[in-house]
Amino acid sequence: MNFLQWLGRRALDVLASWGHGAIFFLELLKAVPSALGRFGLVVKQVHAIGNRSLIIILASGLAVGFVLALQLYNTLTNFGAAESLGLVVNLSLVRELGPVVTALLFAGRAGTSLTAEIGLMKAGEQISAMELMAIDPRKRVLAPRFLAGVISMPLLAALFSAIGILGAWLVAVGLIGIDAGNFWAIQQNGVDVWRDVGNGVVKSMVFGVICTAVALYQGYETEATPEGVAYATTRTVVTSSLGVLAMDFILTALMFSTP
Amino acid sequence: MNKRTTEILVGLFVLLGAAALLFLALKAANLASFTTSGDTYVVQARFDNVGGLKARAAVRSAGVNVGRVTGVTLDPQTFQGLVTLEISKAMAFPKDSSAKILTSGLLGDQYVGIEPGGAVENLSAGDVITQTQSAVVLENLIGQFLFNRAADSGSSQGE
Repeated sequence: MNFLQWLGRRALDVLASWGHGAIFFLELLKAVPSALGRFGLVVKQVHAIGNRSLIIILASGLAVGFVLALQLYNTLTNFGAAESLGLVVNLSLVRELGPVVTALLFAGRAGTSLTAEIGLMKAGEQISAMELMAIDPRKRVLAPRFLAGVISMPLLAALFSAIGILGAWLVAVGLIGIDAGNFWAIQQNGVDVWRDVGNGVVKSMVFGVICTAVALYQGYETEATPEGVAYATTRTVVTSSLGVLAMDFILTALMFSTP
Repeated sequence: MNKRTTEILVGLFVLLGAAALLFLALKAANLASFTTSGDTYVVQARFDNVGGLKARAAVRSAGVNVGRVTGVTLDPQTFQGLVTLEISKAMAFPKDSSAKILTSGLLGDQYVGIEPGGAVENLSAGDVITQTQSAVVLENLIGQFLFNRAADSGSSQGE
């Protein structure tokens, strides 16, 4: 009987937290239009979220491009298809690795700092002070950060893919000696702007919504203690990474299942 | 940090991101080639068998890209494959041109090859190319080969 009680309570807890998260998300969306009116705040957050993530995104993109080119070359030469190296690298970056790896790095680099910042604002009772002054913290604090995350993510993912392809070009053409003209031509033949590049951008926008909303929610709902903030920061990374991976499967099935 | 410096850095970031998207669209995808519908015309071709031809496959003449396949459907009346081709307006082909389904390399993609005919009039939008050669289906080829071998050995035994 005790176990049943415990199970029931757990189930209700989970349902309640989902409902809480959904309501938070809707209220966040409601606050977004007012953030558009104060675009200076958004610009400041794009700097904090986007610009400061540039280095890690570019370095990772370049490394992924290098390694993909080296690994794929070994496999593709077995099938006499080394020429299509550029196409394989391009498609895997633009469709999958670009949006997903960027989102995972983003969750670690920008999501954690958002959670910690808002969690500490809450711990220092700055959020309550705003509410006392009749300033809606959702409009003043959360919405600009949310918008900045959604704007930054597609740009970061595009940079990741582009620098990855350039990295693959460096290895394939410079190191291995694949013909440069062929490298680009085969990509232009096989990659469609709307189907591949466009869907990649849509994916990264969805991931931007997930990562930023999760980070803000965890920060806003954190227990206002040092342990609470630490716990919330960890949960940000775990929840947004899992959310991104699950959503990626659904989006890929929707976008690329039909030939 | 100064507000103006922040704004300049953010502008630079947005510009970089836009440049990356442009690079992906133009250099690493097909926006620069045949995607605009303004300077193309559409013709159709009937094939007995389209093999593995798919939409977005290339249309080539003498090996040079001149257009793109936009659709592959089955004609419910004749049970032939109806392939819709989008060809660049700059390329006018004679009315009696023929179309073949070819494969680039041994294992490569299939594409439509157009061989120009000798007619004075040119193909115009909405025309149907009827002189076609279907895709080579490996199973049919092997079947034919085996059949011929069996027929040969059968006739040599009878003599």
